[in-house]
Amino acid sequence: MKQQYIDVYADNRDLIKANSAPCLNIIRDAAAEAFKITGFPTHKDEAYLYCPTLQYLATDYGLNLKQIEPKVSEKELFHCSVPGINSVVVAMVNDQMRAISETLPDGVVVCSLKDACERYPEEVENCFNSLASKHADAMTHFNNMLAQNGFFVYVKKNTQLEQPLQIVRMLDATIEMMTVAHNLVYVADNAQAKLLLCDHNRKGSKVFHDTLTEVVVAPHARLELYELESTSETTISHSQLFVTQAEGSEMLLNQLTLSNGITHRHTVVDLDGDHANLWLGGMVLNDRQQKTENYTEINHNASYCNCKELFKYILDEEAEGAFSGRIIVGDGTKQTEAYQTNRNLCLTNTAKMHAKPQLEIYADDVKCGHGATTGQLDETALFYMQARGIGKEEARMLLMLAFVADVIDKITVEPLRDRLRMMTEKRLRGEGVKCNNCSLC
Amino acid sequence: MAEDKINNTKSDDIIADVTSGDYKYGFTTDIETEVIPIGLNEEVVRLISAKKEEPEWLLEFRLKAFRHWQTLKMPKWAHLNIPEIDYQAISYYAAPRKNAPKSLDEVDPELLKTFDKLGIPLEEQKALSGMAVDAVMDSVSVKTTFRETLAEKGIIFCSISEAVKSYPDLVKQYLGSVVSYADNFFAALNCAVFSDGSFVYIPKGVRCPMELSTYFRINAGKTGQFERTLIVADDDSYVSYLEGCTAPQRDENQLHAAIVEIVVMNNAEVKYSTVQNWYPGDKEGKGGIYNFVTKRALCKGDNSKVSWTQVETGSAITWKYPSCVLKGDNSIGEFYSVAVTNNYQQADTGTKMIHIGKNTRSRIVSKGISAGKSENSYRGLVKVMPGAENARNFSQCDSLLLNDHCGAHTFPYMDIQNPTAVVEHEATTSKINEDQLFYCNQRGISTEDAVGLIVNGYAREVINKLPMEFAVEAQKLLSVSLEGSVG
Amino acid sequence: MLEIKDLHATVAGKEILKGLTLTVRPGEVHAIMGPNGAGKSTLSSVLTGHPAYTVTSGSINFYGQDLLAMPPEDRARAGVFMSFQYPVEIPGVSMVNFMRAAVNEHRKYRGEEPISASEFLKLMRAKKDLLQLDNKLANRSVNEGFSGGEKKRNEIFQMAMLEPKLSILDETDSGLDIDALRVVANGVNTLKSKDNASIVITHYQRLLDYIVPDFVHVLYNGRIVKTGPKELALELEEKGYDWIKQEFGE
Repeated sequence: MKQQYIDVYADNRDLIKANSAPCLNIIRDAAAEAFKITGFPTHKDEAYLYCPTLQYLATDYGLNLKQIEPKVSEKELFHCSVPGINSVVVAMVNDQMRAISETLPDGVVVCSLKDACERYPEEVENCFNSLASKHADAMTHFNNMLAQNGFFVYVKKNTQLEQPLQIVRMLDATIEMMTVAHNLVYVADNAQAKLLLCDHNRKGSKVFHDTLTEVVVAPHARLELYELESTSETTISHSQLFVTQAEGSEMLLNQLTLSNGITHRHTVVDLDGDHANLWLGGMVLNDRQQKTENYTEINHNASYCNCKELFKYILDEEAEGAFSGRIIVGDGTKQTEAYQTNRNLCLTNTAKMHAKPQLEIYADDVKCGHGATTGQLDETALFYMQARGIGKEEARMLLMLAFVADVIDKITVEPLRDRLRMMTEKRLRGEGVKCNNCSLC
Repeated sequence: MAEDKINNTKSDDIIADVTSGDYKYGFTTDIETEVIPIGLNEEVVRLISAKKEEPEWLLEFRLKAFRHWQTLKMPKWAHLNIPEIDYQAISYYAAPRKNAPKSLDEVDPELLKTFDKLGIPLEEQKALSGMAVDAVMDSVSVKTTFRETLAEKGIIFCSISEAVKSYPDLVKQYLGSVVSYADNFFAALNCAVFSDGSFVYIPKGVRCPMELSTYFRINAGKTGQFERTLIVADDDSYVSYLEGCTAPQRDENQLHAAIVEIVVMNNAEVKYSTVQNWYPGDKEGKGGIYNFVTKRALCKGDNSKVSWTQVETGSAITWKYPSCVLKGDNSIGEFYSVAVTNNYQQADTGTKMIHIGKNTRSRIVSKGISAGKSENSYRGLVKVMPGAENARNFSQCDSLLLNDHCGAHTFPYMDIQNPTAVVEHEATTSKINEDQLFYCNQRGISTEDAVGLIVNGYAREVINKLPMEFAVEAQKLLSVSLEGSVG
Repeated sequence: MLEIKDLHATVAGKEILKGLTLTVRPGEVHAIMGPNGAGKSTLSSVLTGHPAYTVTSGSINFYGQDLLAMPPEDRARAGVFMSFQYPVEIPGVSMVNFMRAAVNEHRKYRGEEPISASEFLKLMRAKKDLLQLDNKLANRSVNEGFSGGEKKRNEIFQMAMLEPKLSILDETDSGLDIDALRVVANGVNTLKSKDNASIVITHYQRLLDYIVPDFVHVLYNGRIVKTGPKELALELEEKGYDWIKQEFGE
């Protein structure tokens, strides 16, 4: 399986390099060498124990090595905005960024990684590959070997950005295709930003979507990052997200899977500075044969840090969910507080859930805990509602909405939160996720 | 009488008795031992089988396991740092030279002294302690007490080699039926070279009137111990079984790879308690036992129940997951564990609860205590198969840290494939509460004793599940193994 | 028996006691009153050696011994007892095991043999009645699931068991209803003798209706600013602490 990719690289090395962001080319050969040794991970690797995407790597995908721009009309791309959100919308098709027509707010840069290498070489140099190299595994090498471009978001020092930034990623292909992207987000000292990443798949293109994103949150900066997945059954999504948080920084990371095909998310957050705070959570609504795995790893490398983790899954029909969360408290850290919660609902006999919440503690000045439950809706609550005249189906709906409410409530962008509530309800009613007037998703 | 004894023991102040932090079971006994040359190959497997005058089917069983073992690699997934083990540098059979004694008079007096030192009530006059004992020294079962009393009720309690001769059908039917020779690396090794252990059969409708107990002791140097226990509880029966382990202090590490299999039929119940106190190595982490054990119970019948209770304070490295396969409808599995690690000890221990039958229930209570530079991990799997309607599991895994150089880890795995299942897991990790320490100090209790008290309190839920005799020993062990760990 | 001279102490880098001086003789009852934040609880913590508090200067002499040089457990064994304002819960540790460890440590310190199990149980039974604690106490975990009143009674019960020379009652009246207050006070009074002494730390006067002090000290801003007979307590009750603040405030 790995050989086909090694061959593609060997045969097209120059072509790939000619159409790539220069920073990616620097690490490419070393990554290819490393990948030759590791190959793809297997289910015997603890981090990939339940990983649902691995088997799909065997397909013979097309790669857009010449970086030809797919034809998608602007109208289609920008149709998907949330009413009232008033966000700055930037569109991408696969790993390529579209020209930005809007003026960006002061202190904010959004461009392709390739452009960033020219315009902001210093910032790119500072962030690029520092986290990925630290946490590199087989899939990181794979991405580094083939990635050609991605997005670059830079929020300058002291910028307080109220308006959310929204990156709409449209997956589009006419053949079975693999897209490989490497993205960078840098929120500089004392800056604040909200970033919304929406993934869509137009007309059910068959796509293997591989991304690697590095996020640097500088001292006393604050970042809210929402990853919203609303794709198609034909989408295979494999992503790695690496975050470092410096002293006094805050981050809210919310990973929402409304509809998808097969998803594996590998998220690593390093709390590298004292007094850093993290809320990491997510929600998965899966049915049919959808599969979603969230692997999360939070490394407490500094003192007085605090993290809360909350993941909720609702699995219907033949869906399969996996949650694998690690909280690691390093030696010598002080006054760590870390709590992890994973709650799951399996609605049918054929739905499956794998949960693996883990604590690894190498310090003693800690307050840590985790809880995980898998079960069904509370029968007494159901009965109580029925006794008040609410139909059973309606009562179930209300309870399921309540079940995921605490994840949705964490969204601070109000129009988005309302939209998510509505979409969740529609999703749970089996109506499919379609925003108003939307012909795309 | 028995009641009085219990009350006295209960109010006994355990902590104050403990004055020495040394491993008190670390003596060797000067007994003539027969040890076969080191190394492992088919010839050795044949030799062990021949020495034990085994039937052909058992030799075949061993050889099949040995051939499979050769294809396997040592598992690496545990949170353990296991030095390379040279399996060719170990002797796979060591036995006290004397043949099995018929009565206590025939038992080597040195051996009796050994068991005296261990506090094992081997002598008949200790009948009041209400325990029948099978003592396994190195690889051979040396003495089983109360055989006759038990026989009256049809209970079989003897060494497994004797069972192979006297009850071949029973052994053949159940040996390897819960833990297959292909189960894992250490299980395969054990199947190939196991030397002795205990066999228990409780017939239909019989409640075993006394606790059955096996004491395992490794004595000879450079030997591995590979014992094997098989317990079969037939319909409507009950038995409580205790296992104790000690080993002498030696500089080199010694390997212990046992298998325990339990089969529980309709409405039957088995309680299996372990106080594991193998030599943990010295303060610098030198020596100690590698304890790689496979324990599994099959709740085969409806309404059957099995309960594992373990207090683990010994061994340099522990790799152990007593498990329950809940096959019968309404069957119940329980796992109560206290694992203490100090100095350079490493433990990766927990359980597996496999829910197959309807209305099956399981409960896991695990209390880890880490001190020194040790690493202590809970690893547990709760699996609910599609047919396990209304399965219920509750797990509570707490870790207590006594200083900042040790590690405490929790690795629960939950695989749920039935919508009617309810599986709950809770875990906490915290350091020992300083307010509690100060409160004890203010009442004149030294910090070291306060730690002993608090740790025993923390572990009480598990210790209470042990039979009284064991509970007292376990409490002492907890305090002793943590001495010098705070400050 | 106790001589505190010019005591300065800090917690988390903040100076709380700023030159406190106090002498206690056998047979005396001293009440320490003062507004919130005056340093009342700091005094009891410093006397018993709580690790969070640092003494920056001054001395404490207890029967000729330098109390500050002793670890907390030796201070306790030497006869300093504190009834905690917030008694600590120790799950799983039964009162009987806890108390027996404490009693035997005290005996060992005095060079006595450990107490036998039956003697100990007899002793416990006798002392328990004094505080009207129920029989199940012995098997319950230390303070776990105790009501507020039970916790305080349990503190005085421990005091009765350990027979200290100096008892410090830190806000023992807080959270007690009038009946429990009477039981607690009765316990304290019964244990009083010419050889032992008490320091009663309280915010309100009402406890002093039951435990009558020989001296009342007003602690304010880390120092004893006023000392008087028991009537001073009544005056404080009537006038509040504001006049103290005005008189001695900075």
